[in-house]
Amino acid sequence: MTQQRMEFRLSGSGGQGLILAGIILAEAAILDGKNAVQSQSYGPEARGGASRAEVIISDEDIDYPKVSKPEVLLTLTEEALKKYSVDLEEDCTIILDSSIENKDFLNKGKIIDIPILKTAKEKIGKTIVANIIALGALVAATKVVSKEAIEKAVLARVPKGTEELNRKALYAGFELVEE
Amino acid sequence: MSKAKLMQGNEACVEGAIAAGMRFFAGYPITPSTEIAELSAENLPKVGGKFIQMEDEIASMGAVIGASLTGLKAMTATSGPGFSLKQENIGFASLNEVPCVVVNVQRGGPSTGLPTLPAQGEVMQARWGTHGDHPIIVISPSSVKETYEFAIRAFNLSEKYRVPCILLMDEVIAHMRERVELPDPSEIEIVNRKKPDASIEKYNPCEDYDGDGIPPMASFGDGIPFHVTGLIHDKTGFPSTKPEVTQNLIDRLMGKIENNLEDIIDYEEVLTEDAETVIVTFGSVARSALRAINLLREEGIKVGMIRLKTIWPFPEKVIQETSQRAKNIIVPEMNYGQLIDVVKAAADSKCNIVGLNKYVGELITPEEVMAKVKEVINRA
Amino acid sequence: MRKELEKYFRANRLPHIWCPGCGHGIITGALMRAIDNLKLDKKNICIVSGIGCSSRAPGYLDFYTLHTTHGRGLAFATGIKFAKPDLKVIVVTGDGDCTAIGGNHFIHACRRNIDITTIVFNNNIYGMTSGQYSPMTPKGAYATTAPYGNIDRNFDLCKLADAAGATYVARSTVYHVPQLIKLMEKAIDHKGFSMVEVADICPTYFGRKNKLGSPVKMMEVLRDSAISIKAAEKLSKEELVGKIITGEFHNEIAPEYTEEYEKTIEKAQGGC
Repeated sequence: MTQQRMEFRLSGSGGQGLILAGIILAEAAILDGKNAVQSQSYGPEARGGASRAEVIISDEDIDYPKVSKPEVLLTLTEEALKKYSVDLEEDCTIILDSSIENKDFLNKGKIIDIPILKTAKEKIGKTIVANIIALGALVAATKVVSKEAIEKAVLARVPKGTEELNRKALYAGFELVEE
Repeated sequence: MSKAKLMQGNEACVEGAIAAGMRFFAGYPITPSTEIAELSAENLPKVGGKFIQMEDEIASMGAVIGASLTGLKAMTATSGPGFSLKQENIGFASLNEVPCVVVNVQRGGPSTGLPTLPAQGEVMQARWGTHGDHPIIVISPSSVKETYEFAIRAFNLSEKYRVPCILLMDEVIAHMRERVELPDPSEIEIVNRKKPDASIEKYNPCEDYDGDGIPPMASFGDGIPFHVTGLIHDKTGFPSTKPEVTQNLIDRLMGKIENNLEDIIDYEEVLTEDAETVIVTFGSVARSALRAINLLREEGIKVGMIRLKTIWPFPEKVIQETSQRAKNIIVPEMNYGQLIDVVKAAADSKCNIVGLNKYVGELITPEEVMAKVKEVINRA
Repeated sequence: MRKELEKYFRANRLPHIWCPGCGHGIITGALMRAIDNLKLDKKNICIVSGIGCSSRAPGYLDFYTLHTTHGRGLAFATGIKFAKPDLKVIVVTGDGDCTAIGGNHFIHACRRNIDITTIVFNNNIYGMTSGQYSPMTPKGAYATTAPYGNIDRNFDLCKLADAAGATYVARSTVYHVPQLIKLMEKAIDHKGFSMVEVADICPTYFGRKNKLGSPVKMMEVLRDSAISIKAAEKLSKEELVGKIITGEFHNEIAPEYTEEYEKTIEKAQGGC
């Protein structure tokens, strides 16, 4: 069965590495033989404040390259949740970090509430890998790409010497959803 | 063997340029083209090429022409404000038939405008930005893959016809990352400028030796001294103000393009055979149009698209033929209305030609194209 | 013309466009003598100019010659030299071309220390457009665009070049030809960015507008107002008013741009 176009939005605050996470997700899709487009916000918006990366994955050619109705929203901060949850698909999946308190306004979709930032800080011991944990959770929740592909894509992008740390983070992300 | 990878538009531009033989880049940082300079700085020295960040856009264009005169394939990249600054020297390259590629990643204008947001406001500037009658080729990619291919084509056309070639991108294509499969270098067609026959006794740099309007080009350092001037000149390359010399030169320069339209013009037709409404578009907006067409066809609406890959010289013939067949032509552009005037000039007067213009720094959406198509059909 | 210099000229392009009494021919002649004295291979020399009277010189000279846009000679020359470092690149430019519209390119070429020799034909006026003031027109002088006297302060081009990073800086005049040739030889021979400013005369526009008399009279003024750097050191600021200080202001060896880039290529290709 061919996979229809699926739209993802990865959001948080600038510096949390979500643009990199978006690139890695798109690269994993390509490793799986799919098509992918990634885009992001540029300029002052991309530094600090709420920032986002968007990815479209499909087995078919991707015509319109922008996300218009995301089926999957991943978000690590309340500000990003507010800003980027207005145009979601009815039948969407929202992956939220547990640190977000005000989420009662969300009125659609399946909400997956998991401690991404806490896991990064306490279990892995590095807040910087929160984006990779988030990627693991997103892949486990949506199965949009294979675990092999996402692992390969993560390892190809992270700095030399941090491969083990990032692998651990990715697996921790899988577990957050699968447990 | 080709291999799929995720690549940004600006990155594909540099990869394509280097594959085409670019060995010189002079530029000045400007959003949203800066990655092209950065990646040229990183990758050119790896292949023995040269990168220089000049003091401004004017100097960048000058340095590119200087380098090309020594025989190197040279490129610069910029966006609106910088494209304006380069114009005088683009005219110099055009008059003196110096091959070079100028990438313009369009952003919102006028003036500093919307530096990080997309637009297509330089359709006319790309053609007529420099003063005086002059030849130029403008091609515009709609995907990352095409950016790679068109960077190669830009060099090939520029070298073949000895004209500056503008690679007219936009912020959407420049910054998005997309799956591309790069061809094996052995599969890439590379065109190099014609060199003078070594047996030529006295080389005239502007003489049409072959009768094709394209003089062979010696390089500074080849051993044949010759003169290059921004003044109108005769076949010897030296200035002249004689009417017949001026006419011969301008006619030959314009003829290089006009006599080779078949080779230079490229476009894609999508579902136009039975289309009652045809969308004429280019660049990233073509992606929105394509989605709109796919969705409208599901509703049974007969709509098609002509996607311009070459914008200048303008593909008049296909527009004229289409306008005799179709009831409506819609021209969506991220500007106040530029391409539409050329479409109107080329089209049959009975065809209903309507613009869809958005100049707010956002890509036209498929929904907006669909709404316009329905509006036009219902009004008829 | 001396027989041995004929080979450097495109005889069929002569006579030149310069007015009677203009100093540009003297500078062009001096440059050819300098090239001849250095025994350079003329097939290895590229002469580049911008726009203006002096920028017409390359058309008369039998080398690779490039007559570019106004003020941009150094930008084009930078592309040529950087692309083909083996070429000897010489830029001829006027005071308006070099210091007004081309001022930015000039200071950055100085700063990069790219191996280009720039000869500035400084006649203190825009001659081609018939007599407007330039950044080298002295304060108080008259021009068509300064009918009540020029209030702009002029550059000291040698100080400017020195401060911007040029590694060879000298000045002479069209009266002091033997010195001029010597300084040009040293400039061309210098590895790095070199600049020779030549105090020149424009009898047609600057001379007439400022009632300076015949070309001979103007040459006599150059003769009488030129003073060596050494002699100038002994004079007060007031005593130096109206003097033209000539000689070699700066001469140092520093890393040259195209050679530095060769190291960049080595680094990029995995060497050291």
